[in-house]
Amino acid sequence: MRLSLGPIQYLWPRQTVEDFYQSHVDSPVDIIYLGETVCAKRRYLKTTEWIDLAKELAKAGKQVVLSTLTLIEAKSDMAGVKRLCNNGDLAVEANDMGAVQLMADQSLPFIGGPALNIYNAYTLNLLHQQGLIRWVMPVELDAETLKDILADADEMGLSDKIETEVFSFGHMPLAYSARCFTARFRNLPKDDCQLVCQDYPEGLAMDSQEGEAFFTINGIQTQSGRIQHLLPHWQKMQQIGVDIIRLSPQPQHMNEIIQRYSQVIQGISTDTDIESWLNSPACDGYWLGKSGMDYIAVEAGLK
Amino acid sequence: MELVCPAGNISMLKTAVDNGADAVYIGFKDDTNARHFAGLNFNDGTAQKAVNYAHDRGRKVYVAINTYPQPAGWSRWQKAVDVAADIGIDALIVADTGVLAYATEKHPNLARHLSVQGSATNAEALQFYKQQFDIHRAVIPRVLSMAQVKQLAKDSPVDLEVFGFGSLCVMVEGRCLLSSYATGESPNTCGACSPAKAVRWVETPEGTECRLNDVLIDRFSVDEKAGYPVVCKGRFNVDGHTYHALEEPTSLNTLELLPDLRAAGVKAIKIEGRQRSTAYVAKVAKVWREAIDSCQLNPHSFVAKQQWMHDLSSVSEGTQTTLGAYNRPWQ
Repeated sequence: MRLSLGPIQYLWPRQTVEDFYQSHVDSPVDIIYLGETVCAKRRYLKTTEWIDLAKELAKAGKQVVLSTLTLIEAKSDMAGVKRLCNNGDLAVEANDMGAVQLMADQSLPFIGGPALNIYNAYTLNLLHQQGLIRWVMPVELDAETLKDILADADEMGLSDKIETEVFSFGHMPLAYSARCFTARFRNLPKDDCQLVCQDYPEGLAMDSQEGEAFFTINGIQTQSGRIQHLLPHWQKMQQIGVDIIRLSPQPQHMNEIIQRYSQVIQGISTDTDIESWLNSPACDGYWLGKSGMDYIAVEAGLK
Repeated sequence: MELVCPAGNISMLKTAVDNGADAVYIGFKDDTNARHFAGLNFNDGTAQKAVNYAHDRGRKVYVAINTYPQPAGWSRWQKAVDVAADIGIDALIVADTGVLAYATEKHPNLARHLSVQGSATNAEALQFYKQQFDIHRAVIPRVLSMAQVKQLAKDSPVDLEVFGFGSLCVMVEGRCLLSSYATGESPNTCGACSPAKAVRWVETPEGTECRLNDVLIDRFSVDEKAGYPVVCKGRFNVDGHTYHALEEPTSLNTLELLPDLRAAGVKAIKIEGRQRSTAYVAKVAKVWREAIDSCQLNPHSFVAKQQWMHDLSSVSEGTQTTLGAYNRPWQ
């Protein structure tokens, strides 16, 4: 199994973004996804600058993928997606069927992101015929369902043609809206949001009235309050046929987390504990067929 | 413009037809549709009766098979498509591309609509479904502003159906997993959002607590009306402030936008609420029938009558209505 670094889901200042990627040039991640996947109003890096940054990372030896916006509403949003899809060189992660269509039109291979709604091998097969070469499983699916999907895919002759990636670490993307919940919290209208989401580099915690971590507000996106952490299940992932483990960037301790994932999946270490590097509790319920917010690894003694 | 009304059972379907629906949409009694609620929906027999009743009166029946099948349940979705075709329905409303592929291959002459759960918000996405499955119509998510609906209607390769009235999803449909994060079941996987079996009401001296899989979604004081704990509609704590952090319990009502929707070329108006009552659909269908007829007759002088707005408000969730995302002047 290989490691990938998912797109940064938050609005970080330009310098922070550049420093972040610079610090991962020599890290054990094999694949880096980058681009703005949440809100088209976040433009500290223009689309062309994302492409340039991606090219630099590619030169440094990483496999680089440009990720497209997830919720595409206005024509101006689509213009940015088109620029990414027409970059002429680098691979693209399609996070909406609109981006799939743009890639298929050019007969270019693409990666299907976690919001594409691939719940069965029939969908996988159909998208493969349009150019899909790798897919990221919807975060709400579990290990047994993935096993079934890959068994069906195998019967369709797809096993050698498609790679499977699982969102394994980070606040999970759960929902997208026309409304900006960060602007709502700050009592600002969305059209004058002043990009206040930059004040929350790890999102804004939304807890129950009893103080239980529930969701994380990140602009128009709602994320899990807890942090997905599937490293304790890495052997099961390998056994099922997962090719790539996706780690979603957080502002601090990302290097330590990557190192730990890397050492465990290479068999150098068996220590899967990362909790001292997290600002929210962990979870793994989806993978085990439970509520996403459950954390079973603890009970199962897998931690 | 076609008026498309919901029915969760045969009497609701008859009421919708009798009060002016051009088409009624229904689902089967399992997780193949996005309103998989106990006691709701149709079996093969009642669905056939529904089709006969509507067809005898020149109306249509659409069947929603609009959840996302996983391998273990795939045969149920196949069967749902086959049964719908057998009983002579007028169109399927589908979200999953695997199911669309199956329906296109097996029943090429049965019309296909892309469900709102298909989550298509742009012309390129609609082109994908048109090209792959020759869909006739798409129901578009409730996240687009009126200006965006107009633009999309202009660019779309297929007819558009938009939501006119009912419960409001603040998240783009088909891409919201909040419910499964809390309860294990989501609209995509199970056809359920914040399922009743995960709900618990607890009376305390401070008022009523409502919990979803034990998470406190809201707490109502004695003088407040306690609402159903839909996962996105609770009051939560953000940095010391307790408020409806995502969405207040309101309903969508776009009646006053009818002339704009008509001018934009929108072909159908959808009413949400298969889980609601016969009285609900009677009132809503009647108001929207009158409004659409009045708008067709005199689009330029159309005004939403007070009585219509009053009638719709009386059956609204939270008894408040909103234009939702349609009213975003900034785009």
